Amino acid sequence: MSFPLLTATAALPAIGAIATAAVPAARRTAAKWLALLVSLATLALAVIVLVRFDPDGDRYQLTESHSWIKDFGVRYELGVDGIAVALIALTALLIPFVILAGWHDADPLETHSSRWRPTQGFFALILAVEAMVIISFEATDVFLFYIFFEAMLIPMYFLIGGFGDRAHAGSDEHAAAQRSYAAVKFLLYNLAGGLIMLAAVIGLYVVAGNFSLQEIAEARANGSLDMATNTERWLFLGFFFAFAVKAPLWPLHTWLPNAMGESTAPVAVLITAVVDKVGTFAMLRFCLQLFPEASKWATPAILVLALISIIYGALLAVGQRDIKRLVAYASISHFGFIIMGIFAMTSQGQSGATLYMVNHGISTAALMLVAGFLITRRGSRLIADYGGVQKVAPVLAGTFLIGSLATLSLPGLAPFVSEFLVLIGTFARYPVIGIIATFGIVLAALYTLVLYQRTMTGPVKPEVSAMPDLKVRELVVVAPLIALLIFLGVYPKPLTDIVNPAVKQTMSDVHKKDPKPEVEAAK
Amino acid sequence: MNPVNYLYLAALLFTIGASGVLIRRNAIVVFMCIELMLNACNLAFVAFSRMHGNLDGQIIAFFTMVVAAAEVVVGLAIIVSLFRSRHSASVDDASLMKL
Amino acid sequence: MDNLIALLVAAPLLGAAVLLCGGRRLDAVGHWIGTVLASASFVIGAILFADMLGKDEEHRAIGQHLFSWIPVEGFQADVAFQLDQLSMTFVLLITGVGSLIHVYSIGYMEHDERRRRFFGYLNLFLAAMLLLVLADNYLLLYVGWEGVGLASYLLIGFWQHKPSAATAAKKAFLVNRVGDMGLSIAIMLMFTTFGTFAFGPVLEATGETGEGKLTAIGLMLLLAACGKSAQVPLQSWLGDAMEGPTPVSALIHAATMVTAGVYLIVRSGEIFNAAPDAQLVTTVVGAVTLLFGAIVGCAKDDIKKALAGSTMSQIGYMILAAGLGPIGYVFAIMHLVTHGFFKAGLFLGAGSVMHGMNDEVDMRKYGGLRKHMPVTFVTFGLGYLAIIGFPGLSGFFSKDKIIEAAFAKGGTEGWILGSVALLGAAITAFYMTRVMLMTFFGEKRWQPDEKGNEPHPHESPRSMTIPMIVLAFGSVFAGGFFGIGDRFLHWLEPVTEHAHGHPPIGATAITLSTVTVMIVGVGLAYLQYGRRPVPVVAPRGSLLTRAARRDLLQDDFNHVVLVRGGEHLTRSLVYVDHTLVDGVVNGTAASMGGLSGRLRKLQNGYARSYAVSMFGGAAILIAATLLMRAV
Repeated sequence: MSFPLLTATAALPAIGAIATAAVPAARRTAAKWLALLVSLATLALAVIVLVRFDPDGDRYQLTESHSWIKDFGVRYELGVDGIAVALIALTALLIPFVILAGWHDADPLETHSSRWRPTQGFFALILAVEAMVIISFEATDVFLFYIFFEAMLIPMYFLIGGFGDRAHAGSDEHAAAQRSYAAVKFLLYNLAGGLIMLAAVIGLYVVAGNFSLQEIAEARANGSLDMATNTERWLFLGFFFAFAVKAPLWPLHTWLPNAMGESTAPVAVLITAVVDKVGTFAMLRFCLQLFPEASKWATPAILVLALISIIYGALLAVGQRDIKRLVAYASISHFGFIIMGIFAMTSQGQSGATLYMVNHGISTAALMLVAGFLITRRGSRLIADYGGVQKVAPVLAGTFLIGSLATLSLPGLAPFVSEFLVLIGTFARYPVIGIIATFGIVLAALYTLVLYQRTMTGPVKPEVSAMPDLKVRELVVVAPLIALLIFLGVYPKPLTDIVNPAVKQTMSDVHKKDPKPEVEAAK
Repeated sequence: MNPVNYLYLAALLFTIGASGVLIRRNAIVVFMCIELMLNACNLAFVAFSRMHGNLDGQIIAFFTMVVAAAEVVVGLAIIVSLFRSRHSASVDDASLMKL
Repeated sequence: MDNLIALLVAAPLLGAAVLLCGGRRLDAVGHWIGTVLASASFVIGAILFADMLGKDEEHRAIGQHLFSWIPVEGFQADVAFQLDQLSMTFVLLITGVGSLIHVYSIGYMEHDERRRRFFGYLNLFLAAMLLLVLADNYLLLYVGWEGVGLASYLLIGFWQHKPSAATAAKKAFLVNRVGDMGLSIAIMLMFTTFGTFAFGPVLEATGETGEGKLTAIGLMLLLAACGKSAQVPLQSWLGDAMEGPTPVSALIHAATMVTAGVYLIVRSGEIFNAAPDAQLVTTVVGAVTLLFGAIVGCAKDDIKKALAGSTMSQIGYMILAAGLGPIGYVFAIMHLVTHGFFKAGLFLGAGSVMHGMNDEVDMRKYGGLRKHMPVTFVTFGLGYLAIIGFPGLSGFFSKDKIIEAAFAKGGTEGWILGSVALLGAAITAFYMTRVMLMTFFGEKRWQPDEKGNEPHPHESPRSMTIPMIVLAFGSVFAGGFFGIGDRFLHWLEPVTEHAHGHPPIGATAITLSTVTVMIVGVGLAYLQYGRRPVPVVAPRGSLLTRAARRDLLQDDFNHVVLVRGGEHLTRSLVYVDHTLVDGVVNGTAASMGGLSGRLRKLQNGYARSYAVSMFGGAAILIAATLLMRAV
């Protein structure tokens, strides 16, 4: 038996989480370093997965399969395709930055006693989330996936509710109330989605007799497993609902601004850049593969919802007064693009959506983490409390600008590639929706540049006049992300090479071909 | 004598016991009513045992007696300690078990 | 030789990277690094030009394929360059004028502590602009297109501590984004129609699709051009863009970036040729803008904004010419090049004036500066003569050709377009004479400011005057060099094609009338501003003047409809999100809470009532069991 690489990639952060939590209370710094080292080791494993993965090989590679709960046909089955590999790499890449950016976020305040040990808890929870997200990307057993899809809510709940943003406008009690509201809202929304999905998972078992994604998909493809049209649609809706909550899709989005606004910037990155990606990823892997016909049936409605998400999220971002809520609404808009790309059912759209997941992760991380540094310095999340930061902290402002430009998909930076692919993929099949979605790029410019203008330019406000520029630790966090944004914007080929074959498979799953151009131009 | 009469008696006793549990407030009386209900059941068991001609009912009756004895031990202890702290044996005084 | 093309872009890009990441250490030498790399790009351009001249017409276009950019199933986007005569013209203009303006900026930005960054942005602009004109497909062009938008954003907002500059920068980027939307839709349309968006295949295949598709593509390209080239209805950003440092206004907002729209239309000539409706709209946009800009230019007292109006108007000429099809393409580009010389020169002159006048921009506070700044006066004056079309100078040759081509369009359209172009020439002469008279002639009108600092107008340093002199040379001789013997036409013809237009009236008559209207314009301006003293405080003016001062109320319209309307929309959406979408969810939660609050009351703590419910439950169970048995 070969080395269970995928299990190791997920198990390492899990073990790291336990070890970090077990560090004695006084050895706070040791816990941080331990968490950072574990996350870096996980990154190394993810890189090995990336290297060992052969884009032209089988659909699922590095597979592992063990019997788990025999009576219900639940198996411990892991396997990755190109899309999963890309997202595992993204997750493993972002976590060290999240840890490094949140280095001081869970330090005890002077008022706390020395027995206070949430520092260990903070980093342990982050690693726990990483482990669960990675195994969700790897699972090819529907039940196994479901367990970790839901279990990830627990550490996230504590991260949001227990380690809120210290920069809060109201009193401490008010802040605590807001925080627990956000955490409970996050939990309830996702649990509700998960509950409906559980019903669909059981329904799927009743219909198919097992939980194996590969077996069911194969049986569906060769016709040995027939589902009644209505059954398929109901099951699809059950799965899709859970993913749409997680993604989040309009009108199930309102938990995201609360959760991102109340949590610290690194946790907000964890939510939007990592955890939410499980939702969109699962749409591609489970909805399209298990229920191809129902997916096509639901496409028009989903596209309209995605379109509303794009425009609505962008418009609301324009109207925000809170920096982090603004980024949250921008993310809602971007998730609209991802979902649109997935359900446009064209190669360009789906490749674009996959790239979008990766690029959005990196660009939001860059913007949000810099915003977090800014907020920590001033102690306020309100846009109106800033002004003229550019003058006193030019490097901070510069990195913030690059993050903003990535968010508005400037050509030359990575998000442009994915956004354009999504748009062109959608346009090829649904021109009107594609054109309306294009308005999103104007609105994106509006909210990012307004944010930049109000915080960074203009006369220096007295409160920010003594603001220090980025420190070395912070620069170490931001610089690689920016370098990656530029690299993937100029040369996305390494990523597309991995993703393309997987997308081709998905396209054949749903029996769709790209629309032919009107004129076959001479090449 | 027709063994069905015993069943009627058992039902009557059970009803008296049940009404007592529901109506009376004195813990001791409630307790005695519970005993009454248990013994009504015992009577029914024995009567059924006789009617069906096997010993199952009688064996169950013994079990019931053991359980009733154990219950009396625990129950009386609770009532006594309740009386000590509240100087009353009314069950309504012990109404803290609500939100 | 082909491999040099990438170097053209790489040199300034390297400069931008070094200067922007280099930090304070490079402050002392930053401007030299920027200037040297810009000039290096010019030298490479010149070498390529010499090489191109050595080949015969058929083989002049060369290309370089760097790497496959976005390879996705059914979608091929490459980083590949194409250098033909049209691109070459632009390369020389961009790197040439660009290098001169780098030199000028060394002096102009001398006292700015962020000079290194300024040069970094300028280099970034050059790289993006070169990418734009060298791209061999529309998507890569789009990268350059937004790249110059970014550079323009950064440079307009260079003095970010001024809120007006930051706002102007944002506005420019946003309005441009609306145009960019047009470009991206055009690319999407090309992709669905032709399956590609490389110049070659798309432009060759135009014959194989319907006119409707081509018209749609053409109109979307025109929208993009309107955004970038500040044409009506997306012109509002250009005036505000003058908040940027003057070298920026000269390079980006006069000579190069704003002409990108003309490049786009001429480059996509085959599409427009096959879509007459799109062409007609293009000419109308050009004609309207050329009047619009000219009228605005007449009313502005800010010297840079007056010149910005003029830029808009001159680009209107180019767009008009480009909309005329093969009879106009060459002249559009020719005017673009001569305009690049004289307008850059004019802006640099304006910058030189401001430099000597403590950054005062109000022409009503100038007057009589010719004695204090002789070099600026002469170079500005030559630029002035060139732009109004004084016979023999650059503008005369190029503008005259456009007017001729407009008449040659034929029919009523031809007459209307031609007359508009002629009228525009008259107004051009008027407002430029006004600028000239208010700035350099008359009595001195400047006064000490509140702090008692009186400006001491003086001539600018050598680094600033030399570029002005070079550009003045261009303003004087470029037109003649291009126009006489149709040199420029023969040079560009293989790329853009050319059809000789036949105006309904003789070419000589048109030339004569152009000169006549010019003289009328100059005369009117002289009567108003030369004969009488210029009031220091602007008179109230007629309704038209007041409207023109406010950019013909277009900004007010934008403000009321888009800004205010948008604010209301977002505010109400925020409200809706909070009350309606969130309210439904919170309402569900609240009603669940209420229900459980009611149910809670059942737990009254009395053992008896629990016993009742137990008995009741047991009774119901037994009853149900018996009932089921009975059934």
